[in-house]
Amino acid sequence: MDFLPTLWFVLIAFLWIGYLLLDGFDLGVGMHMLVSTRSEKERRLLLNTIGPVWDGNEVWLITAGAATFAAFPVWYATLFSGLYLPLVIVLLALIVRAVSIEYRGKAATERGRRVWHVLLGAGSFGAAFGIGAMLAITTTGLPIDENAIRVGGAFAWFSLESVIGGLAVVGFCFVHGATFLALKTDGDIRYRMRRIIRLSAPVALLPIVVWVLIVVADGSSLTAYGLVGVAASGAVIGWIANRAGREGWAFTGFSVLLTAGASAIFLAAYPVVLPSSIDAAYDLTIQNASSSDYTLGVMTVVAAIGIPVLLVYQGWSYWVFRKRLTAAAIPDAQPVVPAVKRP
Amino acid sequence: MDWLDPVLIARWQFGITTVYHFIMVPLTLGLGPVVAVMHTMWVRTGIQRYLRLTKFWGKLYLINFIMGVATGIVQEFQFGMAWSEYSRFVGDVFGAPLAMEALLAFFIESTFLGLWIFGWNHLPKKLHAATIWAAVIASIISAYFIIVANSWMQHPVGVEMIDGRPVMNDVIAVMTNNTAIVAFAHAIMGAFAVSGGFLLGIAWYQLWQRRRDGIDTVDENGRVVVGEAPEVPGRDREDHSVWIKSLRVGGVVAVVAFAGVALTGDLQAKLMFEQQPLKMAAAEGACYNGTSFSVLALGELGSRDCDDVTNVIEIPGVLSFLAHGDFETEIKGINTLVPIYQELYGTHIPDNPLYGAHAGEAIEYVPMLEVTYWGFRLMIAFGMAAAGVAVLALWMTRKGTVPRSKLIMLTAIASIAAPFAANSAGWIFTEMGRQPFVVAPNPTGIDGVYMFTAAAVSPGVSAGELLFSVITLTLVYAALLVVELTLLVRYVRGGVASAMPELGTPDDGDPQDKDKDETDVLAFAY
Ligand code: HDD
Ligand code: HEM
Ligand code: HEM
Repeated sequence: MDFLPTLWFVLIAFLWIGYLLLDGFDLGVGMHMLVSTRSEKERRLLLNTIGPVWDGNEVWLITAGAATFAAFPVWYATLFSGLYLPLVIVLLALIVRAVSIEYRGKAATERGRRVWHVLLGAGSFGAAFGIGAMLAITTTGLPIDENAIRVGGAFAWFSLESVIGGLAVVGFCFVHGATFLALKTDGDIRYRMRRIIRLSAPVALLPIVVWVLIVVADGSSLTAYGLVGVAASGAVIGWIANRAGREGWAFTGFSVLLTAGASAIFLAAYPVVLPSSIDAAYDLTIQNASSSDYTLGVMTVVAAIGIPVLLVYQGWSYWVFRKRLTAAAIPDAQPVVPAVKRP
Repeated sequence: MDWLDPVLIARWQFGITTVYHFIMVPLTLGLGPVVAVMHTMWVRTGIQRYLRLTKFWGKLYLINFIMGVATGIVQEFQFGMAWSEYSRFVGDVFGAPLAMEALLAFFIESTFLGLWIFGWNHLPKKLHAATIWAAVIASIISAYFIIVANSWMQHPVGVEMIDGRPVMNDVIAVMTNNTAIVAFAHAIMGAFAVSGGFLLGIAWYQLWQRRRDGIDTVDENGRVVVGEAPEVPGRDREDHSVWIKSLRVGGVVAVVAFAGVALTGDLQAKLMFEQQPLKMAAAEGACYNGTSFSVLALGELGSRDCDDVTNVIEIPGVLSFLAHGDFETEIKGINTLVPIYQELYGTHIPDNPLYGAHAGEAIEYVPMLEVTYWGFRLMIAFGMAAAGVAVLALWMTRKGTVPRSKLIMLTAIASIAAPFAANSAGWIFTEMGRQPFVVAPNPTGIDGVYMFTAAAVSPGVSAGELLFSVITLTLVYAALLVVELTLLVRYVRGGVASAMPELGTPDDGDPQDKDKDETDVLAFAY
């Protein structure tokens, strides 16, 4: 009876993890634009590493949202309306980020470019923080009443956990973005990123560990604890591999951290999709929040076709753009001038 | 009017954000196929002109595309944020097309567009051309799915009622909703009207500049004599053929699109007379039963009280023709329809706390008459104006260039706006004409599948939160519109060279044939 809702719970977890893994480094690169670059060429280099893929990565978020709507409309409706303000911030941040990536290189002046990359850094930070806060609340709860309506006003979502979740995703993206850059570039940036990872990872990854522990410690299964172990070893391997200059392994290690950590969180939460902090009887679960079996069946067919094909072509696009980039290879910018005869 | 009414604010927000999204969308939908065709022509013929066309229009396409992406996310999240009761009520059917759109269209669109933008030096030529096709086709598929969702709100099908909620029992019926099929065709044609006008207006400006700068001249028969200005990057002989080709393509696309829009619009009107008779009666300002089409109605349309409306010019029979294809059948007017609606769906909103301040209110079944009446007419008028300009433009440029008149050039530029305006007017009419329902009842469907807009907003969300978002979004959108327009103008002014900087340097030519430095692995786009 619960097979389809469970399957969709797993699929939505998969979409979220895919989003954090992929757009995670785009957001991280956005932050590094602001804090870790020294010259115009370097900034352009950073943008070009994510250029071909960031939009495809962002669609993981759109799909996670849309899949939640289709499979668990009550979850979608309650969560999104309950977190109204943080989501407005996320939306504004994502708008600003998208536009900055595409328009920065088209700015005519040095000042214009600076405005765009400040917006890019701020947008990336805001989006990461808001998404982290939102995910934390789906696991730790929101004051919702028996009709699944949020009570307590516009800031009812604000809690220590939401801040930890926000910082967790920001910290992870920061490290993950640096690992991605170390993997995708050559020259100064590559070595600088290694140093940044070495110094920042122990602090930046702390919140994500705390968050996982908070959720899992809440009386969880052995499997969840096992996953926590895997996550922790991923982090350690990532850090050591980075020290040893093995970028591929570092990237893998931190990706394992995220995948196992997020899986532990989702597993610990199951079958509750949104706990009520008022009364456990009002919790939204995969049973009371889901669509009909018919709809879930239809969507399962669509996902069974769509997701494998997606993995193939998105994987291919990463393969096509697999080469490392260097600042030295970035050509000079070409100003756009009106095509008119001047007397 | 209560300005702090959450329903009102949420409606403004949805209206502002979607109409804005739909400024970018039709240009993306309409220009994409044009770029893809040009790219294919280049790959097949190797003629430089097609490469230039692809690069220039491709650049403008991308500047616009990103705004569609940025504003689309807002649309996706907004249903849950501001319209949670709506989302709960319809989620079983409505979420599915949205999720399909994301899974089957957005992923392809975004991934392959990335491959196209950065793939110039990197993919085999034919494969590279295939990537733009993949992206363009995916965007058309996305339009289909989203219109399926929208059409379900206009005409709910494929569901049964279980525990007071519509539950999908026939996905094929949802996907083949006749409302969706004609609305999709209509919207795609509307998108081509936009791209036609866009190509035409910009090409006209470029040709005019060549004439003003004395590059192109005309002989005694008025035929063009093509010249060149070697000191201006890109202003060679080939440049002329780029623009005259763009102009011709734009003109033809605009005319064909208008024919398509009229045809599909007629089909839509016939359906709407059955499915939402009150919307169409309101579109006509038709208070009493009759057969005449109103060309001009005066009086207080805004009063929603039909007794104040006087039709000044009417054409007998045309309304019947629009609705049924003959000249006699009487169309029911507003005064006949309202009592029917009242009997079917009640005179008052139920006295249930769910409806907030609107509980127990009398239901106003007549949509805002001035919006529906003028929305419908403006849509058609702007469309006709754009098509008229296109025909005129094709005729005026038959000898190979444009006149030197600045005024005519400015008119051509200004007419770019007409199809955009027609699209906005069309949606505003469609959506506001559906009021007071957010899900309009299907007169031949099962009972009870309808929802009043007043019941659809998020009950837990305060007016303050909504105000905050509508204000910030509107301000950000306004700023971004200025940015987008500035960039478009700058690239248009720069001509082809703005999208092909290599035209300014001596080794001009085919970027894919050059011996590339090993490190130059991407066509660096930023
Ligand atoms: C008739 C066509 C049409 C209509 C009515 C809408 N859109 Fe749209 N949308 C598109 C046609 C489109 C597009 C042409 O496919 C876009 C424009 C640029 C782009 O990337 O795709 C797009 C982009 C776009 C994106 C970003 C996709 C990406 O990142 O690649 C999202 C999330 C949405 N839309 C969602 C919506 C929602 C929820 C709508 C309903 C209110 C909506 N759109 C109306
Ligand atoms: C992109 C083209 C669209 C435009 C320009 C558009 C325009 C509008 C406008 C102007 C309103 C406000 C109506 C009012 O205040 O009376 C509105 C409302 C709404 N539309 Fe659309 N719409 C579009 C597409 C869609 C689609 C595709 C959907 C569904 C998938 C949709 C769903 C809604 C909803 C839920 C509301 C809010 C409830 C209401 O006020 O009726 N719209 N839209
Ligand atoms: C002879 C001309 C036209 C006729 C008879 C016509 C008819 C219609 C009708 C009846 C609707 C309402 C459908 C509904 O309520 O669901 C509509 C909507 C719309 N129209 Fe038109 N139309 C015409 C021209 C145009 C033009 C020139 C454009 C744009 C360039 C346009 C764009 C739209 C759009 C975007 C919508 C809303 C989306 C949709 O329902 O497809 N129309 N039209």
